[in-house]
Amino acid sequence: MKKVPKPYWREQVRYAYAYVMAAGLTFFAFALAQGNLLSGSVLAAVLLAAAAAQLYIQSRYFLHLDEKGELPKWRIQSYLFTWFTLLIIVVGSIWIMFNLDYNMMLSPNEMTDYMLEQNAKGF
Amino acid sequence: MNEAELTAHKHDKAQLGFWAYLMTDCMLFASLFATYMILRNNTNGGPAAHELFSLGFILVSTIILLTSSYMCGLANLALHHNRRKEFVVYLGATMLLGAAFLGLELYEFGHMIAEGHGPDASAFLSAFFTLVGLHGAHIAIGLLWAGVLVWALYRQGSNFDIKRKFGLFAIYWHFLDVVWIFIFTIVYAMGVAL
Repeated sequence: MKKVPKPYWREQVRYAYAYVMAAGLTFFAFALAQGNLLSGSVLAAVLLAAAAAQLYIQSRYFLHLDEKGELPKWRIQSYLFTWFTLLIIVVGSIWIMFNLDYNMMLSPNEMTDYMLEQNAKGF
Repeated sequence: MNEAELTAHKHDKAQLGFWAYLMTDCMLFASLFATYMILRNNTNGGPAAHELFSLGFILVSTIILLTSSYMCGLANLALHHNRRKEFVVYLGATMLLGAAFLGLELYEFGHMIAEGHGPDASAFLSAFFTLVGLHGAHIAIGLLWAGVLVWALYRQGSNFDIKRKFGLFAIYWHFLDVVWIFIFTIVYAMGVAL
């Protein structure tokens, strides 16, 4: 597939657009983190959403992952696969470690008592 | 295969190899992010994230790195439109801003270590220095790489295949800014606010 090259200024405008959007999202995240508007898990969710939006903007306009006809297919496929695997690693680790923390929050003596108690119940 | 096809084929292979490296690098960062998030409350009685970080300072270095990434994109664009002079200006801006970012990071690290909050102080700080320090090391290597490109371009002139080689550098540099989005959000913004 032979592409018609876009004019120089139009491609510059694309980059400028992405830059302004990314900077805007950064300031937005900064303002939310410094202000008192939101807190707790709502704030965490909004901050992560802003990060995801910026990830989308930068992947699309800086890494050019939207140019379907021009890029080899393996690039976008491996990118999506990487994000998929990455989420499994991060979410999975946090989930497991949180449960571990929750279940292991006993002092050594308490743990011994707890285990003896469980043993007394039989297997 | 004729000469042009062979070159294109070599180009494709280099791109595939480099992309595979970036994806594995993503995995490395993902593991360190997971480690950081698990250990972030294990401060060993020392200061926590919200007592250590100044978000305003980090906002400045974040914008500097984003601008550097933007300049790198413009440099790549100028190169593909054969505007060599603009390319050199944008590349210079990319490197200067990258160096400024690295300088600010080293200042922050030096300040923290001098106050006794080095990587040996707690599990939280070990995870922090590993994650953010690895990103900083990538930036330092990127600056070295850009310097080598400039040097080779200067030495070899038009014989040097700068379009292809700078294309790979541009992907690497944009990728580092993508990683930084998450360091800014998860380590700093959430560290200060949550």
